[in-house]
Amino acid sequence: MTLTGPKKKDPQKRTIVPTLPPATRSRAGLGLSVAAAQGRFALQHCAECGAVQYPPRDACHACLSHDLCWKDTQPYGKVLAETRVQASPDPYFRERLPWRMGSVRLTAGPVVLAHLVDVRRGEDVQVELRLDRAGQGVMIARPKERSDDMEDDPVLRAMGTHPKHRRILISDATHPVARPLIDALFAAGAAHVFAGVPEMWRRPHGVSALEGLENVSLLPLDVTDPQSLKDAASEIGGKVDILINTARHIRPGGVLGQDTTAARDEMEVNALGLMRLAQAFGPGMAARTADGVNSAAAFVTVLSAHALSPDPAFGAFNASQAAARSIAQTLRAEFAPSGLRVACVYTGPTEDEWHQSLPPPKVAPKTLARSIVDGLQKGLEDIYCGDVARDLAERWRSDPGLLEREITGGGA
Amino acid sequence: MTRAPYDGVVLTCPVTVPYVRYSNETAHWWIARGLRGALDAAGLKPAQIDGLSISSFTLFPDTPVGLTQHLGLSLRYLDTIPMGGASGVVAARRAARAVQAGDADIVACVAGDANRIDSFRQLLSAFSRFSLDASYPYGFGGPNATFSLIMDAYMAEYGATRADFGRIAVAQRANALRNPHALMKKPLSLEDYLGARMISDPVALFDCVMPCAGAEAFLVMREDEAIRRNLPFARIRGTIERHNAFADDPVQLRGGWAMDIDTLYAQAGCAPQDIDLLQTYDDYPVISMMQIEDLGFCEKGAGAEFVRAHDLTIEGDFPHNTSGGQLSVGQAGAAGGYLGMVEAIRQVTAQAGPTQVKDARLAMVSGFGMVNYDRGVCSGVAILEGAS
Repeated sequence: MTLTGPKKKDPQKRTIVPTLPPATRSRAGLGLSVAAAQGRFALQHCAECGAVQYPPRDACHACLSHDLCWKDTQPYGKVLAETRVQASPDPYFRERLPWRMGSVRLTAGPVVLAHLVDVRRGEDVQVELRLDRAGQGVMIARPKERSDDMEDDPVLRAMGTHPKHRRILISDATHPVARPLIDALFAAGAAHVFAGVPEMWRRPHGVSALEGLENVSLLPLDVTDPQSLKDAASEIGGKVDILINTARHIRPGGVLGQDTTAARDEMEVNALGLMRLAQAFGPGMAARTADGVNSAAAFVTVLSAHALSPDPAFGAFNASQAAARSIAQTLRAEFAPSGLRVACVYTGPTEDEWHQSLPPPKVAPKTLARSIVDGLQKGLEDIYCGDVARDLAERWRSDPGLLEREITGGGA
Repeated sequence: MTRAPYDGVVLTCPVTVPYVRYSNETAHWWIARGLRGALDAAGLKPAQIDGLSISSFTLFPDTPVGLTQHLGLSLRYLDTIPMGGASGVVAARRAARAVQAGDADIVACVAGDANRIDSFRQLLSAFSRFSLDASYPYGFGGPNATFSLIMDAYMAEYGATRADFGRIAVAQRANALRNPHALMKKPLSLEDYLGARMISDPVALFDCVMPCAGAEAFLVMREDEAIRRNLPFARIRGTIERHNAFADDPVQLRGGWAMDIDTLYAQAGCAPQDIDLLQTYDDYPVISMMQIEDLGFCEKGAGAEFVRAHDLTIEGDFPHNTSGGQLSVGQAGAAGGYLGMVEAIRQVTAQAGPTQVKDARLAMVSGFGMVNYDRGVCSGVAILEGAS
């Protein structure tokens, strides 16, 4: 199956109002969503007897232990039974019938109900956890071999944020990631890229290389300037399906030994700029999340992994990153009723002049671009780019206090 | 230890409050009507009963505790059986034990549910935690989707065809046409069944029950009490219940009945061929077919062949769901779990009127309820005998 591009929109027709699949979950059930947001396949394991269980519970079904943990689990199984739901009282599914689902026996033991993507009863499958439009983790059973057009399946398309046929706004084309990101988006099937340029009159570095590219439009856009955002939104606001915020102001330095000039600029661009972008483009995107093939799907922002725990050498910058992360979390809650996904891309030190003195590994612009597009293709909320970011996140999850001490040189 | 018999206790005064598709009346209203009907049949005043067993999905925010004040009852036995389709059997066996032990003299067993516009969707959307976490997010097909998976796996495993399930539905519709209370009034042919629109493949329209409002009730009392009041009654020859049986079966191709069926026949002192009529819980024909197997009427997997070889109508050689069952009468919430029980009491006491099976003496009633995640969790069976 190959997804065809959108038909020209009929301006006389009302845009379809977004509906969501059932969003209510138990506290234990949220574990699936946490794993899905990171693209992991995790299930509840009993720490005492090792039993793997599903649906999530508050005690082990085998030994009644309450010592349960979420662990990455073998994502394979076999389809036991299948159906096509052709009648549903739920408005979201009713608009998307027929809907394929079935039961899958996992090699890890439990039987899961899953959305079926191109698989039939009796077949061996891989099971993934993905976020659905309600932002909750759901099981997807798909062929073990991934095909090129798998993501075109209506089930995945309905819940995903794939760039194919979508129009993408990159907020700041002067970021080194801009060019490789544009290439990666087109390779993934994107229809058009709008690239924002702050202070266009200065002919910023790197932007001239984007001029004249097919399906790329440059436009003035400065996240610190409300008027420029208003102008841009009134021009292209109804056509932005995915927004990727790359605007970044970065200077080395902690808190002492300087005034707050750099910190203020960092907050202006990195934190308040994100807010302004969301205020300018968010409501329009949120209204278009059910608008056919090129519906609005995701609001992405690029952050330093040190948003989680600061590197004192970039202390002021990291404070703006922590603020931006917090703003993104609020946006996630605010966009939830529309199904617009908010994704944070956490990167380690990037290969650029501001990190020139740091030792490797550093994240090349191409790598960052690939991570962003990969995350969009999988519909993730938490995207970790590069070894530094993945390592930092892992340590932050297991013990933030220990991480802080390790960063400042302890624990040799 | 062998189970004590149910000697000295009887079931009597079967009552059906005629169902309606949609109604603004509450569960309290339907239950009150069921209770009043059973008391009227016995010539009793509310103050003369001391036990109540209630099954209902739509009493919220009340529980049966609220009903005691609401209906003006002072009780020394109050039970709630939240087991959906297994409620009738389980209510009868527990009330019987209470009466037998002298904890209560007369227990009224009542099931009733409201059905307003959209209340079925609302009931579904908060049915169980596992459903919220692991079933509804996958198409929200409700029980239709759950049982389509069971039916799909059953057909693949045992080679049953849709026409085999159709025989069950068609025979029940023929029975229902004699039942003035049945909501379905039109004849159903096998062609109609096979040609119906798909709801969740392979479950099609006539595999599904119609949600509605209604109530069912009966009384449990000592045999001498029933004789003194000159009430026709049924004895319990044996009964079993089982919850979460065969939890390791990846798909539910057998129910809890299979686990305890030998105990049941041993207690009842009879065999499948002695049973005059069978009331299965028919939320879907595939579940009725499974019961015919698990209750010992044929080998496992031979259900399709069995329904092909037998006539399941009232006058047939294997009378089954003689009222028309939920498939043709309607499913009034938890009252659906009482439908077979109430009809069986009528049958063995020769009160079934237009649906009466000739010389019905021994009836088997089977219950099945509560899709917590991917299967029905509760099951129960009773063998009733008319007093002759």
